[in-house]
Amino acid sequence: MIIVPCPNCGPRNSGDLQNCGENISRPDPSTASLVEWREYLYMRENPAGWVTETWYCRGGCRRYFTIQRNTVTNEIRGQEAS
Amino acid sequence: MGKRPPKYSAAALVKHGLTRGDWPRMWRRPEMRDSYDVVIIGAGLHGLATAYYLAENHGITNVAVIDKGYVGGGGSGRNTAIVRSNYLTPEGVAFYDRSLSLYKTMANDLNLNIMFSERGHLTLAHTDSALRTMHWRAEVNKLQGIDSSVIDPQEVKEQAPSLDVSENTRYPILGALHHPPGGIVRHDAVVWGYARGADHHGIHIIQETEVLDINVEGGSGPSGKGAGGKVTGVRTTRGDISAPIVVNCTAGWASLISNMAGVPLPITTHPLQAAVTEPCKVFLPTVVVSGSLHVYVSQTDRGELVFGASVDPVGTYRVNGTLEFTEELAGHVLELMPGISKMRLLRQWSGLCDMTPDYSPVMGFTPVEGYLLDVGWGTYGFKAGPVAGETLAETIATGRTADLISSFGIERFTHGDLVGEKGAAAVGH
Repeated sequence: MIIVPCPNCGPRNSGDLQNCGENISRPDPSTASLVEWREYLYMRENPAGWVTETWYCRGGCRRYFTIQRNTVTNEIRGQEAS
Repeated sequence: MGKRPPKYSAAALVKHGLTRGDWPRMWRRPEMRDSYDVVIIGAGLHGLATAYYLAENHGITNVAVIDKGYVGGGGSGRNTAIVRSNYLTPEGVAFYDRSLSLYKTMANDLNLNIMFSERGHLTLAHTDSALRTMHWRAEVNKLQGIDSSVIDPQEVKEQAPSLDVSENTRYPILGALHHPPGGIVRHDAVVWGYARGADHHGIHIIQETEVLDINVEGGSGPSGKGAGGKVTGVRTTRGDISAPIVVNCTAGWASLISNMAGVPLPITTHPLQAAVTEPCKVFLPTVVVSGSLHVYVSQTDRGELVFGASVDPVGTYRVNGTLEFTEELAGHVLELMPGISKMRLLRQWSGLCDMTPDYSPVMGFTPVEGYLLDVGWGTYGFKAGPVAGETLAETIATGRTADLISSFGIERFTHGDLVGEKGAAAVGH
């Protein structure tokens, strides 16, 4: 079980939230080429270790926030609303 | 070429029984050379099948299969051993059907009993939309000559009498996609068969050796890696190997290996949990899958019920089991088969699944010359093992992407030509 600290609702079971995946910077849609846009859509770092990712508090306050999680141990550190 | 070892046969069994002679090892532990024609990373089903077909079909035997663990210790030994070809896209159907036909003759081809049980496969529909997808799949399947049809709840009951097909359940069964050629296979035997076959051809299976880096020259990325580069070999915990062709046949670690060559992948890694019950009298004659209930069930020849689920929603490399899984699994299985409420789980485990955005694999050449992919096998790697090996071996030997995998290249994510297989490959939709 992964306990995720929502900035609003406090620690909650990961099943109450939705993992939106690793944070990637979005290219400007008005200037990005199709290739750049698809790279943003599909390509992932998928690291074994610390990753900065976004969660959505689906079953609670519906806030999006960013945390750092170690994908090998599922330890979590840091937390900020985004 | 290695010497052909004695064949497995009834006569050999009698002879060994009488003389108490040792059986020869199925494969050896060779000394690693410092150069090979082809280096395959990952000694699981896909890597070994590729090595076997390189030798068997194309005469390429100067090949090493390297694994950081042992033969078949990853997804090959953790899957739920189901095979079928009733997919949704024409590309998927043709590909998996070839795999099924290779499985059918495999026991003879590899001279090893892989215990293929062609027992039929039921995909249950609990909603109108699921039933519509079943009809869609049945029509795509029939068009390509696959035995696949939609049946009603009474026919479901005839196929699997233990299923509750009444209308009073929480998720009533409205029908099912029936696929008679589907079945289960002894998954370890398949891996051992390919390993033995590859070893007979003189291919080196090198276990407990981790690949630390892939050496690439002339690429556009950092330290000469990435697009436009050329593979020169790999660096391992036992030293360097030079090789003009390096194939990534890993599952779970595919992104990490591919990043070593500077080729990013459209993959996130998720664990998938499975469980098995204590053995009981054989009562379940087919494979039963329920998308809405996120579960698939089959009964082994030993009488154990094998359950698999959908992938865990949070991507992680950690493979420990969770209580949520056991709870959900038990509830969902009892929804289907209330009669087994007294059965106990024997054990649970999980394996890593490399999920792609379109639920199709990523195979073939990459922007780095000599670096090939056989990754992104999500939850369907076992059923595809033989055909993946055969087509990848053809691709390596001829230098031309095999027809069956021409839609599965990594360039589809640049061109936007995805092969959407989620409707038939995922149970969690």
